[in-house]
Formats: sequence, structure tokens, C-alpha cells
Amino acid sequence: MNTNASLRFAKPFGAAALLVVAMLLGATSHAADAPSIPDTLQQRIAACTTCHGVHGEGSPGSGYFPRLAGKPAVYLARQMQDFQNGLRKYAPMEYTVRQLSPAYMQEIAEYFSAQQVPYSHSPVPAVSAATLQRGDLLVSKGDPARKIPACASCHGSQLTGVEPSTPGLVGLPYDYLSAQLGSWRTHTRATVAPDCMAVVANRLSDSDITAVAASLASRQLPADTHAQAAGSVTPPLPCGVLGATGDGT
Amino acid sequence: MKWLLRLLLLIVLLVVLLLGWLFFGGSHRPTPLAMSKVTAATLQDPALIARGEYLATVGDCAGCHTAQGGARLAGGRSLATPFGNIPVPNITPDRETGLGDWSFEDFWQALHVGKGRHGELLYPAFSYTAYTKVTHDDALAMFAWLQSLPPVRQPAPSLALNFPYSVRKSLAAWRALYFREGEYKPDPAQSAQWNRGAYLVQGLGHCNECHAARDSLGGTSGDQHLTGGQIPMQNWYAPDLSTQQNGGLQGWSAQDIVDLLKTGQSAKGVAFGPMADVVATSTQHLSDDDLQAVATYLQSLPPRTPPVEEPQLFNAKAIVQQGEKIYTQHCADCHGKDGSGVAGVYPPLNGNSSVTEPSGINATRMILLGGFAPVTAANPRPYSMPPFAQQLSDSEVSAVVSYMRRSWTNNASVVRPEDVSRYRHTPID
Repeated sequence: MNTNASLRFAKPFGAAALLVVAMLLGATSHAADAPSIPDTLQQRIAACTTCHGVHGEGSPGSGYFPRLAGKPAVYLARQMQDFQNGLRKYAPMEYTVRQLSPAYMQEIAEYFSAQQVPYSHSPVPAVSAATLQRGDLLVSKGDPARKIPACASCHGSQLTGVEPSTPGLVGLPYDYLSAQLGSWRTHTRATVAPDCMAVVANRLSDSDITAVAASLASRQLPADTHAQAAGSVTPPLPCGVLGATGDGT
Repeated sequence: MKWLLRLLLLIVLLVVLLLGWLFFGGSHRPTPLAMSKVTAATLQDPALIARGEYLATVGDCAGCHTAQGGARLAGGRSLATPFGNIPVPNITPDRETGLGDWSFEDFWQALHVGKGRHGELLYPAFSYTAYTKVTHDDALAMFAWLQSLPPVRQPAPSLALNFPYSVRKSLAAWRALYFREGEYKPDPAQSAQWNRGAYLVQGLGHCNECHAARDSLGGTSGDQHLTGGQIPMQNWYAPDLSTQQNGGLQGWSAQDIVDLLKTGQSAKGVAFGPMADVVATSTQHLSDDDLQAVATYLQSLPPRTPPVEEPQLFNAKAIVQQGEKIYTQHCADCHGKDGSGVAGVYPPLNGNSSVTEPSGINATRMILLGGFAPVTAANPRPYSMPPFAQQLSDSEVSAVVSYMRRSWTNNASVVRPEDVSRYRHTPID
């Protein structure tokens, strides 16, 4: 009985040991050439991370690959969809996401949204104190005379974004911010109607764009960089991305 | 003597043009719906509609007839060709801008004869050279499905062709050269499966539209069937599809072909560029029987003559050596030092026709653009390749492509830096 019992135990144990040895042998005989590829989302999305960073930290050295980490997932998924539909025009992004499924885009969006990595500041071009002051004013108060709402009125009091669809603006490079504001005016960036951001961008003057981009890019980061809770702001304009309908005027 | 021959050719061409003008002059009238031999009840048969949807998927109608971000099959885009822009029509059943007023007879005339409702000759960007092989029954099923869709109002953009291509009647000469009207005739010497595969590949699948070289008039000659070619305007190379000696798919098993078409990847390679779109919207939805039939047919394509070794005009050794360093640094982690890839994840580069195809465009573009393997039901979360456009210079890309094309068992020509700079832009539409 005793022998039988130990045999019964020894058999599967021996088989397992053999399997381990076989796996090790297999691993070493393969290790020379065949790379081992982890089955992770991070590995699967190398096409994204090569520019936006493994944790979505962006490329601070080059101002044109924006940070994705911590942005609301709904916002990020929407951007991929807008590139697919040609509402946002940037050929390398349109090409890369052109046939991803909604489910895969959502998963990728959630991955970047959940990343927490320190922010890094990109260089801001030297602008005059007056320009910076004008930028600060637009960010916090807007310009009621020209019907320009404050950035903070939609993007949150700390400009860290608002769940689920409004991105944070802090920590973005000057080049990226000014390019995006410009692209709303040249219709190379758009989203579902009413496109409230297009309305705002078109009310800004050229010098306003410089001022607001410089102000945002040189801002100190708040202690809490998470997006504000959903419903914590009342947008001054109807926005399609927030579920509003109408012509957006 | 030479001038006499030229004069004769010119006369023949003029006669063809004149005959075209006289006989294809557009005296045709559309068949009104009330006069159609196909009743409304026939077109509403759910089984026919379902079959039509499948066939329209095989034919990938949506691949051309849907604009980026636009309503499905509502057209509204232009197809760029070397001869100018050709508007892609709305094929939803909208009465004013789509097929709402079309009878089946009108549809058959377009698909089978390559003529519009009023007898006008259609530009062969609409691949009627292939669709003419589609059977009457299959065409009817597709028409029934198209007519069952919700109508979308969307006018087509206007024609923007260069002279003389803007003269529609000049197509009579083109048709005399390249178009043979007629349904697919099964080859009794071959199996039913082979014939099904040939029917799908030559007809609805219109594979030859990309996978064959085009001449200066945009036509493909019969003896170039599926031998590979550069896709005009998009500038990707659609490889030769023979699996036999010197073929582009040399060594591919039937299963490899089925895998690529169904999942987007096989042990031998991954679909990318325009083929990734074709897999995602069309071939992944083919039934297993049809995929096997396509594989059987492709496996019967004949061996090819070995490519002629081009004389190297400069010493390729230095560029290949530089390429090896870049390969080790950027590529070997995923594709392996020996270029064998990782099964089911990253494609092999050794023996991969997309690396060794004659132009070198595909490997160049893949390195510049990167991208995801197609998203399919069998591979819903594909791996991807990083783009290197932002970090490698033209000469670095040419070096690493040249290294891959001349390493392991590969033996293709080197790619020059100026070739790389020509393909730096990203094709979207």
C-alpha cells in the first residue's frame, strides 16, 4: 500500500519534472535565435508606444507625440475613432488605427488611461511677460467680450481634464498645443458635431494661440493630476463629445 | 519598313476607335423597373439577400464604394489613378444618387458588360474585366442585397480625368484590347473545388487587379495572371501568388493560404498595407470551403522563371554591413537574428516574398510605417510593428532593407536611399 501510494505520487511528480526539464532544454536550444515575446497588451501595441512611450508618457524631446497617460479612456478611444473616420487628419495615425476594432481601441485606450508616470516639462519658447499674462487670463477667465470661454471651464479647474471625454491640458508640450489649436482652424482636427473646440479655436487670434499654448505648457503641475469627476463642470458651449446636439453656436 | 508598320498600326487604331464610336455610341436606354423580368418579390427573398451579402463581402464592394468615415457603400470618394480621379458611385438604393431606380437588367449591364444604364462605357477602375465572370444568379443575389440596404443620399464627386482619357468613347479601344465579356466557364478537367477557387479568384475576388503588372494603358495582359505587380498610386507591391518554384508564395501550403486569408497571418507571413484591409473587410468572412477552394486554385498556378539577377552598379557590401548593425539593434529582438520570426506573433523575413519582391517597396514601407496585423475574428488583438520613419534616415532604412533582402536565403537587389525617400509619405486612401 505504502509503496503504491508513493508511486502514485511519484508518477505525476516525475512527469512534471520531466516536463520542466524538457521545457528548459527547449528554452535553451531555442534561446540562441528565437526571441521570447511576452503576451501582453504593451507588447502588442509596439506601434503606439514607439512614439507615445511605453507608459504613454509622450516624447518630451519632440513636441509632437503627446502624452496619453492618465487621459480619460473615453477621450482616447474617441480620438482613435476620429482618426479612423478622417475627422482628425494625421496620416501616420490614420494609417496605424485604420482598421482596429472598437473593442481593441477601447482596450488600448484603457491601458494608456490607467498609466501613471511622472510628467516632464518640454521647453517653452521665450515669450514676453505680457503674452504669458494674456495666456494665463485666457486659461483661467477666458475673454467674455469675444465669447471665448476659459480653458478651465471645460478642462477642469486644475486643467487635468474631466471624466469621461475631456482631456487634461497640463504637461502637454507647447508645439503640440499650438499645432492642435491651429489644426482646428484649418479643419485638420475635428470631432463629432457640435464641435465646441472648433468654435473656441476659431475665436482665438493667432497671438492668442501662442499665448494660451505658452501659458499651458509652462504651468506648474497640480499635486493631483487625475481628471476631475464626471459632471463636475458645466460646459459653456454645446459639445457633441459630451452628448450635446445642435449647431454649436 | 518600320514606318509602314507604324502607319498600319495607327490606321488599325483609328478604325477601332471609329467602330467603337459607331457601335458603342450610347443609344441604350435603362430598363424601367416596371419592365424588369425580375419581380420585386424575387428581390425580397431573404435567402437570396443573405447569399448576396456574402457574395458582396467576397467581392469587397465596400472596399472601394465606402469613403473614409462615410456611410457604407454610399460612395462619395474618388479613386486616384495614373489617368486622373474617378468618382466612386453610391450603390445604396437611393433613388436620386444611388441605385434606387435601377432594374436588375441595368445592374447586370454594369457588372457583366461594363456599361452604365444609358449605355455609356464604364471606366475599368470598376473591375468589370473580372466581374464579367460572375454568374447571373450570383449577380442577382448581390443586387437583391444592395436593394435591401437603407438608402443613403450622397452624390458622387465629379470626374477628373486627363485628356484623352476624359473622352469616354475612347474606352472602346481599351475594351477591344483588354476586355472579354463572358461568365466563368468551368474547366471540366479540374475538380469542382478548383473551379470554385478559380471562379472566386478570377471573378468576384478580382485578385488580378492588384496582383498583376499593368501596362501604360492600365491594362493587364492575360499571360500575366497573378504574377505580381506594383499597385498604381498606392505604391505597394502585390506579390506573385504562385506557390511553386520561384513563385512569390513558394513553399506556402494550402493551410498557410487559408490562415492568411482567414486570420490575417500565417506561418509564412502577415497581411499588411492594402491586403490587411482586404483581409479585415473581405477574406476573413469567406466560408472554410471557399477558402480551401481559393487555396487549391492558387496552388495550381505554374512555377515561374527565376528572376534575372540585376547587375549591381555599386559595391553593395558596405551598405549591407551597415544594415546588419541596424537589424541587430532594431529588428532582431522580434524577427530573430536568423530572420525566422516568432510563430504566430511576428512574421519570418527569411524567404518572405514581401521582403524579396522585385521593387523593395514593401519592406521599405513596412519599416517606415509599421502598423498592426489585420483585426480579424480569429486574431482580435493583433501584435504590431513600430514605425521607424521618425527615427531612421533614408540611408539607414535602405541599409537595413538591403541587408534583409540579401541575408539568409534571400537574394534580392539592394534598395537605394533615394528609393526610400520616394516612399516616405503615408498612403491613406
